Amino acid sequence: MSTFTLYMQYIVNGITLGAIYSLIALGYTMVYGILKFINFAHGDVLMVGAFVGLLVYEALAGAAEPGMWTIFCFFIAMLASMAFCAVLGMFIERVAYKPLRNANRLAPLLSAIGVSFILSNGAAWIFGTTSRRFPYPFENDPIHIGGVTITPHQILVIIVSVAMMVLLAFFVNKTRMGKAMRATSLDQPTSMLMGINVDRVISLTFAIGSALAAVGGMLAAFDFRVYPSMGTMTGLKAFVAAVIGGIGNIQGAMIGGVLLGILEAVGAPLLHIPNGMRDTVAFAVLIIILLVKPDGILGKNEREKV
Amino acid sequence: MRILETQNLTREFGGVIAVNDVSFKVEEGLVTGLIGPNGAGKTTLFNQITGMDKPTSGKVIFDGKDITGLPAWKISRLGIARTFQNIRLYRELTAVENVMLGLHFKVGSDPFRHRFLQSLRSYVFASGENKELYGKAMEWLGFFDIADSAQELARNLPYGTQRELEIARALSAEPKLLFLDEPAAGMNPAETAHLMSVIDKIRSLGVTVVLIEHDMKLVMNICDQITVLNFGMKIAEGTPNAIKTNRDVIEAYLGREEDF
Amino acid sequence: MLNFFQLILIYAGVYAIMAIGQNCITGYTGMLSLCHAGFFCIGSYATAIMCKIFGLSFWLSLPAAAIVSGIIGFLIGVPTLRLKGDYLCIATLGLGEIIRNVATNLNPVGISQIPRAELFGYVFMSRNKWAFIILIWAFVLIFYLLFQRLLHSRIGRAMTAVREDEVAAASNGIDVTKYKIVSFVLGAAVGGIAGCFQTAYTLTVSPASYTFMVSVMVLCTVVLGGMGNGKAVILGAVIIQFISYFPQLTGLTNVIPAQAKQMIFGLILVVMMVWRPQGILGRDRFRYGSARRPLFAKKKEAGV
Repeated sequence: MSTFTLYMQYIVNGITLGAIYSLIALGYTMVYGILKFINFAHGDVLMVGAFVGLLVYEALAGAAEPGMWTIFCFFIAMLASMAFCAVLGMFIERVAYKPLRNANRLAPLLSAIGVSFILSNGAAWIFGTTSRRFPYPFENDPIHIGGVTITPHQILVIIVSVAMMVLLAFFVNKTRMGKAMRATSLDQPTSMLMGINVDRVISLTFAIGSALAAVGGMLAAFDFRVYPSMGTMTGLKAFVAAVIGGIGNIQGAMIGGVLLGILEAVGAPLLHIPNGMRDTVAFAVLIIILLVKPDGILGKNEREKV
Repeated sequence: MRILETQNLTREFGGVIAVNDVSFKVEEGLVTGLIGPNGAGKTTLFNQITGMDKPTSGKVIFDGKDITGLPAWKISRLGIARTFQNIRLYRELTAVENVMLGLHFKVGSDPFRHRFLQSLRSYVFASGENKELYGKAMEWLGFFDIADSAQELARNLPYGTQRELEIARALSAEPKLLFLDEPAAGMNPAETAHLMSVIDKIRSLGVTVVLIEHDMKLVMNICDQITVLNFGMKIAEGTPNAIKTNRDVIEAYLGREEDF
Repeated sequence: MLNFFQLILIYAGVYAIMAIGQNCITGYTGMLSLCHAGFFCIGSYATAIMCKIFGLSFWLSLPAAAIVSGIIGFLIGVPTLRLKGDYLCIATLGLGEIIRNVATNLNPVGISQIPRAELFGYVFMSRNKWAFIILIWAFVLIFYLLFQRLLHSRIGRAMTAVREDEVAAASNGIDVTKYKIVSFVLGAAVGGIAGCFQTAYTLTVSPASYTFMVSVMVLCTVVLGGMGNGKAVILGAVIIQFISYFPQLTGLTNVIPAQAKQMIFGLILVVMMVWRPQGILGRDRFRYGSARRPLFAKKKEAGV
């Protein structure tokens, strides 16, 4: 295999990974855009999404042979998981964040850390700490295109992610509610004066973000398996993706996710990072990005007004 | 004597020129007013001078020294104190603690040298130092007639008192130059009247005052010199009487005559 | 039962020391740092290495642990403390994990059979828990007093000013960056000392015990008691350790799932933020000048 095809392969893998990061990053970015705080529990919502998806899929598909039926089951499981997480997201917002909207800046952050702890340990309690495999709903025979291998699951990941992002872009740009959402993120008090129900917009933001995280969680489950602490690292990376794209910026999250995915897929073998040090390097990159480019590539430089 | 001067000060925010080539002068011992319509760049100019923000170009000369681009805490220690348009008190601290913080760098022999040793001393002899600072802070609260509220949390104080507490905090550092950013904003007439007497008292301490204000009655009554900004540029300066009749100023505030 | 009760007291002491450090960072200066487990880890390892490899006594390793974690705190703090709120939180979380990962990679099995601490010929044996309780709580008291004094000195007030409003603090001539770093380094050093006591008690260190969970527990301790309040933080440590050892204390280890305590910690964070953000005891309201006022006033009256 030539170096070129090898790197093409890494890039294909990176785009798949990045698409998942993008989906999750959207939740961080949308919430930040409106509430100016980082929803720490978002990563754990993703984990819940993966578990719910897995349970529903197993219940429906059982031991059925991969085929049209299992693919149908997969999408049903995805819808169920999205619905569950949307409700969960709204519930978390209502209980743990809404009462803190006027509190000092540390309060919602601490509360979010608490929620994250409850979710991940709750899952560990209910499901145990062993990781589970998410079965492929189809025969996962790789397709070779000029030396580059693409698996059907990668294609699924990309198709689903792109569909979700197109839907989101349509919603945000073309619908009344989407317009209300953009207005709220620009100026909350003014939107309120214009008759926008800000509470509802915030609720909806959490619902959409969490539903996207559920999809992200299910797609990530193919590669990373399903376990209670899966949300921590994936969530953190998605957060970095949101920062790279400029936190608060929806297009930025999409681009940032793909960029980070490629960076990770190409960077790790390129720099010969030993397996044990991968997380360390990931964290180091995370911190460096926060320090060097906290506004991201598409973010606007927000300074505190004196 | 000229205590402060900006030379061709400019500040751009990504294409928007908030302060454009402003040469602003402050004479020692006088009260200088800085007026202009909303968005004229008054607060931005304040921020450049007090180090809250760095100018794009131009210089700030204070007391014969170039202080352009120094960090805010250094400028403060050099003798420029300020208040803020939207009151910035330490809300969870008491009024007297707020003023004690204004005295922060007054402890010790020199605001710039031997600060580490001074910090150690402050730690070891904390109770004695606290007593001394408390006494001084109470004097400043007394100066503003708000000593009764000394043990109240700043956030629980009435609006007018908060404004005055912020001035007290700034003044406690015994600055040479005091910047007040819209001190009378939101005050009722009685509070404004009290504020006017307070500014008079500050002037009598020998502190040079610069204030941004929209309340023309206050500005015209109290200022010795007035500088007018519009769209980031200086359009006039002079005594209150000269400013009152200046055509450019009237135009900036009321629009040109044809518009009516 | 008594055994677990003693264990609670020992760990409450260790966590109280750690929480005093976290309180300096989060309660005084308002920086949400999530890497206290990292400092705890560094302190433990420093002690283990000093005692076992260099053969130093426990009492020499105590300041060494503080200095080493203080230095690491400084190196971490200088670049990261520029970050605000949420970003600082994530960056420090990452740093805590980096410290643990590095420890795991360098020393996966940990260090064991560390020499015991000794004081005037008395050897602190792990089975003699009361001796440890007295030792650790003596230090809790010392650090409590030192940090209360800090809070109510000019330095501590400047830190509080930074917490309340950085812009206003700068306008009062306070070098915001310097105070953030000082506060962070002090907090880190105290975290290191807590690690030192942990090592002295367990005589082993293992990288697996310095997880993110420890950082959250410390944070929880501070939030539960009351941010910025020294007494409250110690109370918080006792309550948190009580919750932590509740299954063992009551012999219900089979009934209560292992995750229950973590879920309770999470719940504590949420519930406290929503209902009582100032903590059980609330903020420490120090009335400058009024402490001696009654006496002072009486004298004056007598004089008149």
